[in-house]
This record gives sequence, C-alpha cells and structure tokens, in this order.
Amino acid sequence: MADVAVRLVQLTKRFGGDTTGRRVAKYVDDANADQGFLAVDHIDLDVNEGEFFSLLGPSGCGKTTTLRMIGGFEQPTDGRIELQGEDVTYLPAYKRNVNTVFQNYALFPHLTIYENVAFGLRRRKVSDADVKKRVTEMLELVELPGYEARKPGQISGGQAQRVALARALVNKPAVLLLDEPLGALDLKLRKQMQIELKRIQQEVGITFIYVTHDQEEAMTMSDRIAVMNHGHYEQLGDPEVLYERPRTRFVAGFLGVSNLLPASADGRDDRYANFRLSDGTAVRVPIAVIQDRAGTLALGVRPEKIRLLEEKDESPAGYNRVAGRIVHASYLGVSTQYIVQLKDGHRVTVYEQNVTRATKAELWSSGEDVVLCWAPEHCFVVEDAGGMAAAEADRELAAVV
Amino acid sequence: MTAGATAQPAPGVATRPPSGLAHRIDRLLLPLYTLGVVSYLALPVLVMILFSFNDPTGRANLNFRHFSIDAWLDPFGRPGLEEAVFNSLWVAFGATVISTILGTLIALALVRYGFRGRGATNMLIFLPMSTPEVVLGASLLTMFVSTTNLPFIPQGVLFPLNIRTILIAHVMFCISYVVVTVKARLQNFPRHLEEAAMDLGANEWTTFWKVTFPLILPGVVAAALLAFSLSIDDYVITSLTSGQTDTFPIYIYGASLRGIPVQVNVIGTIIFASAVLLVVISTLWQRRQSFRDFSSTRQVE
Repeated sequence: MADVAVRLVQLTKRFGGDTTGRRVAKYVDDANADQGFLAVDHIDLDVNEGEFFSLLGPSGCGKTTTLRMIGGFEQPTDGRIELQGEDVTYLPAYKRNVNTVFQNYALFPHLTIYENVAFGLRRRKVSDADVKKRVTEMLELVELPGYEARKPGQISGGQAQRVALARALVNKPAVLLLDEPLGALDLKLRKQMQIELKRIQQEVGITFIYVTHDQEEAMTMSDRIAVMNHGHYEQLGDPEVLYERPRTRFVAGFLGVSNLLPASADGRDDRYANFRLSDGTAVRVPIAVIQDRAGTLALGVRPEKIRLLEEKDESPAGYNRVAGRIVHASYLGVSTQYIVQLKDGHRVTVYEQNVTRATKAELWSSGEDVVLCWAPEHCFVVEDAGGMAAAEADRELAAVV
Repeated sequence: MTAGATAQPAPGVATRPPSGLAHRIDRLLLPLYTLGVVSYLALPVLVMILFSFNDPTGRANLNFRHFSIDAWLDPFGRPGLEEAVFNSLWVAFGATVISTILGTLIALALVRYGFRGRGATNMLIFLPMSTPEVVLGASLLTMFVSTTNLPFIPQGVLFPLNIRTILIAHVMFCISYVVVTVKARLQNFPRHLEEAAMDLGANEWTTFWKVTFPLILPGVVAAALLAFSLSIDDYVITSLTSGQTDTFPIYIYGASLRGIPVQVNVIGTIIFASAVLLVVISTLWQRRQSFRDFSSTRQVE
C-alpha cells in the first residue's frame, strides 16, 4: 500500500454566511457564489505519494475550491486536511510544504525569471550558491536555460507556464498543486505541455494534484482521476476504469461520448444478467460489470464498441444485437460517425473506423436498416436516479411538439 | 452592390488631392493650436523666470530694467524670506511623509477588507477634496483656538497656532489625495501574486515588502509627489492655521501688498525647476519599469 501524500477527511466548504465568504467568492467557479452555497461537500479522499492525481469536473463543481483548501488559500468550513500524516487544516499557506502552479501563472512581474524561481528558496534562506545551482537545474528541467535575466513581461505564455512550474518545483514540495495550468494556452501548445508535464512529474517523482475541466487532458496525464460534480466526486479511479466502467450518468457523459439506454432487469444466470430494453430487445451484461450498483439502472455502451451489420449478417456468438435505422452519417476521415435510431426512438451514436468500408458506396447511408452488435463485456451499467426518467420526459415532450 | 464592382470611395472621403492653400492651412492648424495652448500654460512661468533676472528700481518688480543676477547670488536677501521658505519645505516634507504612510495604509484597508464603516470612511476621505478650502481652514481654526479641552490631544499641540498646526492641517487634506491615488493603483492589483508569494513560503510581512509594495510603489511615489506639491503651495488653509508663522506662499502674499522682491521670482523658479526635474525623473523611472500594467502573460515576440 502506497503512502498517502494528502488525505482529505469530510472536507467541506460553504461560501457565504461567513465574513470571509465575500472576499474570496470571485475565485469560485460558480457565478452564484455570493449567495452562499456548498462548494465542497464532505469529501473523503486519499492521494498517494508520487501519484499524478486529477480533479476533473465542470465549472462550479468545487474542484478549484478543494485545491485552494489544500494550498491554504481557503479555510475549510468543516473537515480536515492531512499532509503526509500531519494535520495542516489551519496552517497558513506559507507553512505548508505544498506549492501551487496558478491558472494565470502569477509570476512576479517586477522580478526576473531567475528571482521568480529563486523566490521560495530565498524565503528559506538557502545560500546564494545553492540557489544558483538549483535555479539553473530547474530552468534546464523545464527547458528554459538562458532566460534568467528576462522579466515575465518578456516571455510567451507557454514559457511563463514553464517558469511557474519551475518556481514551484524548485522548492521540492511534498505535493504540487496545479490549477488548470494549461487553460490559457492554445491547443497545440497544450498537447505538448501535457506530455511535458507528465515527463517532469515522472522525473521529479513529486505528487501532483491537477485540476482541470478537460477530460482528455486528465486522461492523458493522470494515474487516477476523481470526477467531481456538485461539490463531491461521483467516481474515483484509473482513466480506463472511468471510461470503460463509469458509475453514474454524469461520469459516463463527462468522459467521452456514451450511449445510455433505459433497461429493466430480466433475470440472471451465473455469469450474465439479462436486461430488456424498452423496445423489447434482450441484452446480456456480465454480472461483474454491475458490481454493487443499485436503484434505477441504465445500460451504456461506447460508440466505438458497436459494430454495424446487416440484418442477415451473423454476429459473433453471445453478442448483443439491436435493430435500428441509420438517420445520419458523417464522414470524418479516420472514422465515420453514424446516428442510429432504435425502434423505441432512442438514438445511438456509433463510430466506425474506415477500414473495411471506406468509399462512399461501401459506407452506410441514412435510411438503411442495420443491426447494432457489441460484446456483453463492453456494456457498462450506470446508476440513474431520475436522470433517465427526466431525459425520457424531454424526449416525449419533443415528440409531441 | 454587385459582386466584382470596383470599390467606391466612401462618401466624405476626398477623392482628389487637397488644393494647395487648404492643405497648407490644414497642416498648420494643429501645430498652431498646440503652440497656443502651450504658451497659455507656460507664459506666466516664463515671465516669472525672466523677472528673476531683473534689477528693478524701488520695491516693485514690475518693469524689466536691466539684466542682473544679483538676486540669484543672494536668494534669501530679504528679511524673513529664508525662514518662510524653510518653514514651507519642513511642512511639505513632514506632510508628505505622514500623509503618504497613513494614506497608503488607509487605501490598503479600503480596497482589501470589507469592514463595518468602510462606506463611511470612503466618503469621509473624499470630503476634504470636495469641501472649499476656506471652509476647511475656518473649521480647523475654530478647532485649534477652541479653549475646550479635547480628548487625547496634549496641551500645546493645537494652541498656540504655529508650524505644528500647519503640519496637522496639511496632513489632513493631503491624506485624501494619497488615498485616492494609491487606491487607483490597488484596484487592479492581482491578488493571486500575493497568494503565490505565500505559497512560496513568504509570510504576510515578507509578502508585503517583496511583492505588494514594489508593485504599488509607482502609485505611492505619485501620491507623495502630489502631496508635496499640494502642501508647498497651499495658501488658504495655511493662512488660517499658521498664527504668526510665515510660509513661502504667505510671505509672497504679504510682500505683494508692498511689492514683490526679485528673490521671490528666484525661489519660484527654483521650485518650478525642481518640480519639472522630479516629474521627468519619475516619468523615466516609470517607463523603465516593465510591470506598469501588471500583466505577466503579455507576449513580446
């Protein structure tokens, strides 16, 4: 069992209602912050030593507030924060062995790059010779040697980002906090920095806690991800587990595209549970997939897992088969995206690699009847309290109108 | 408009080159206007400088007779003038230092913290700027000469009227201008820089001196210059709170009743030159700072 770098125990933050709320409200993602709301709702979380951990969620989900509480910029309303076993809940930011890379970099504009990076070392009265050695090393690590004498106003956004990283890492913190550090960069640079960040993290071996709303970014870099919504995390796990076995409708929708179909349980044998879709089709799901999920369930399957066949085609043994009709096809080069309407009106997205079918004549076109098939193991099951019912109501309303 | 039609000049844009005369007038208009404004502003100062080299007959320095540098060689050659000038400098320095420190702290409090009475303080700070000076002076005079024992104020500080009461009065009205100037600088101060400093191990004190203060320094310097110039030329409030003490403006007023000596022009010229020098230095200094607008992400490529 790995050592725990950061442990959050029942961590809670409520904005508004207290005197400090107004001053810090602007940092909260939610525009209604000053009306007072529960930004972080009793979170229990262990982040392991040396891990690249991401807090992923839409704006207003409490991820930034959680990070700011770990950094010491926000006082929790309730709960506890432990850093390597030590309770730091009420320590000021400057007494915590944690450093932060801020969203807007927050480089000191009046200091040179060298002095920016040296800032933390100077506070700890490190000797000049050591400062020079470590700052130089660090600027090499982030591939910015020779920039020492420049001011932050004289470097680009991507470079400022690296300086911010160097300035935090040079202090060898127990944990590095990153608050959407790539948000201000353009797409190409962002992709490059994602790989770079992961490389640096592996090189220095420091625990990273990374806040982002970009699911692809989180999946690219993270060892584990907590998907947050409404002040708590809905699911915590490896990127693969989150993608292949999302637990809730929210997680399924936030990470990638997913097709969710309402289904009712219809008995089970020793390996498979049987479900019946609303159009009456029977679908099999491995019992292992269901785990402890309870309540109203919905079946999910990712668009790239589905294969399209003709009615007469044989599907591999044991595969689920559902009939539908193509309503839309868009050719994307590497793949083709189809929207298939099932008999009960539900629409399913399918991605098909343009391998066996590639030319226009070979591709499916709209109006054709098809059979969707996928392996039972590719199913996932989400808890769907209210979600599907609401979606259903919307659909019916839309049909009436 | 049909596609492919040649672009028509927009209405109002001249299609022909301007005719000779109209063009020349056009080009001369702005320089002439500028010259007019600059002369309007500079003429009184130039007259003052010119007359500092005069050698007048009698007391009045009204007609230019001879070029002379006598007054420049003996700038304090009138009884009471030296004392008045040094009183003015003393008050101006004192008022600048005290009001800059207090004003900066007040501005920090007003911008940073929400506290009971913040709105009232904001209004109170604005009051000396919007109240006529003569009213302020009269109020101060009333307070200073009132024989009522005031709480917390030691005997002899407010009475008799002397250089101390001038200083108190000047600090009072300078604070307003300092607060307003520093507040403007603080308003768009990026708070995350202070968080970054704390994150890197700086406590509140170090954060203030290493990050906050260097960044608001241009605002503080501007406020101090403003306070100094407001204090050194104040007449109305000073005349009501000075008692028997003369400052430079009061000396000039007194002298003007009999005829202003050349030395006043000399000292006026020196003050003017120092002010210009200070403004030039502070402008150059501010231009040198690459952090005038706080943006650290600005790209220079």
